[in-house]
Amino acid sequence: MTQLTYLQETASQTAGPYVHIGLIPHQAGFDIFEKPFSNVLTTQETVGERIIIEGRVFDGTGAPCKDILLEIWQANAAGRYNHPADPQTDKPIDPSFRGWGRAGTDFTTGLFRFDTIKPGPVIGRSGHRMMAPHINVWIAARGINTGLQTRIYFADETDANAADPVLRIIDPPQRRDTLMARREMRADLVVYVFDIRLQGDGETVFFDA
Amino acid sequence: MPSQPFEFFQRDRTLQPPALTPGYKTSVLRSPRLAMLSLQNSLSEVTGPVFGHGDIGALDHDLILNYAKTGEPIGERTIVHGRVLDETGRGIPNALVEVWQANAGGRYRHKNDTYLAPIDPNFGGCGRMLTDAEGRYVFRTVKPGAYPFRNQVNSWRPAHIHFALSGHGFAQRLITQMYFEGDPLIRHDSILNTIPDAAARERLVALLDMNAAVPLDSLAYRFDIVLRGRRQTVFENKLYGN
Repeated sequence: MTQLTYLQETASQTAGPYVHIGLIPHQAGFDIFEKPFSNVLTTQETVGERIIIEGRVFDGTGAPCKDILLEIWQANAAGRYNHPADPQTDKPIDPSFRGWGRAGTDFTTGLFRFDTIKPGPVIGRSGHRMMAPHINVWIAARGINTGLQTRIYFADETDANAADPVLRIIDPPQRRDTLMARREMRADLVVYVFDIRLQGDGETVFFDA
Repeated sequence: MPSQPFEFFQRDRTLQPPALTPGYKTSVLRSPRLAMLSLQNSLSEVTGPVFGHGDIGALDHDLILNYAKTGEPIGERTIVHGRVLDETGRGIPNALVEVWQANAGGRYRHKNDTYLAPIDPNFGGCGRMLTDAEGRYVFRTVKPGAYPFRNQVNSWRPAHIHFALSGHGFAQRLITQMYFEGDPLIRHDSILNTIPDAAARERLVALLDMNAAVPLDSLAYRFDIVLRGRRQTVFENKLYGN
């Protein structure tokens, strides 16, 4: 039988309990790289509204998971990705914003945190409407065999969210709420709270994208 | 016209471990039970972080030297090399490859690892590198040891190295583990056995590569990694490569 000659994607394996060693060694208990990757996406020069994303990841019993690795990928304040495949040349690239970061949930509290800026809206697929401001999330950990992909939307972006082509296909509609981060003010800090539920009541929408 | 240039081939989930694998007990409470939402790629999935040589230090890919304090780490000196390819067989240049592992005794440098084998004062156990123009990577380390873990009463992990891969799109992100040819613990491993497809499991076992060994110095193993490929059309703009 003749077969097409595509290669097959390498199989995923769990990141395991010691994922921190490779990806965020400081949390494992040591420093090794001159320039470690971190949960702070901004510098002084970065353009945009400073926000903190904070939350926890819960297992099927409702207990916070304290060994989760999260990565986020987002557009800049104008809504452009810092990547050559982004065709939105009418929007500026922010040279001081890569748009990517990683964090671990805290071994004691289970909280994760990112310091970033609020992204702008991004064009959707051709023929689709604009996508509401959102942050793409990927999580890996012990007990997670293949990394899980989801999105953070901003609960205060009511109109943009209502028109978002991705949120609109989530059925039943109440599951869209699992992707909404809640805006809070803490002193002068803007904090968006975003919890992830791996299983059970309020299970987060994960994407096969 | 495609409605999203650069979109990826749909992931073949039959080659991937399901979320719920009761033989690996930790997955039971951490596996989503609702169906994932199938999502055609948008700009958010086809783009991803771009890394450059400014991110990586000169010794980051040398686990024999990158944490050496009073001497070099104990263990079998080992070179691991291979290519990062996409499903069309093209090498992926500038992919970020991050690795981590236990030391030769099977102990991790991690505040939560309490296994009784000792920490090696000269071994950190992690490294990172970018692939070259043809998608090649290489790093040097000591071969990790096997170690027990709490799953069944007598569960052991075969020697393995963890790999995290970032290609050119966020939807290509992959974490996996590499095993060593001939390790008798491989067939007992409840983590490797989360993958239902025998050929997919086999592809995670690196082969001894005597041609890449350095005589009187290091053995070598070859491990190629395949990330998702992008759809090609006559309308496609060149994103990378020649």
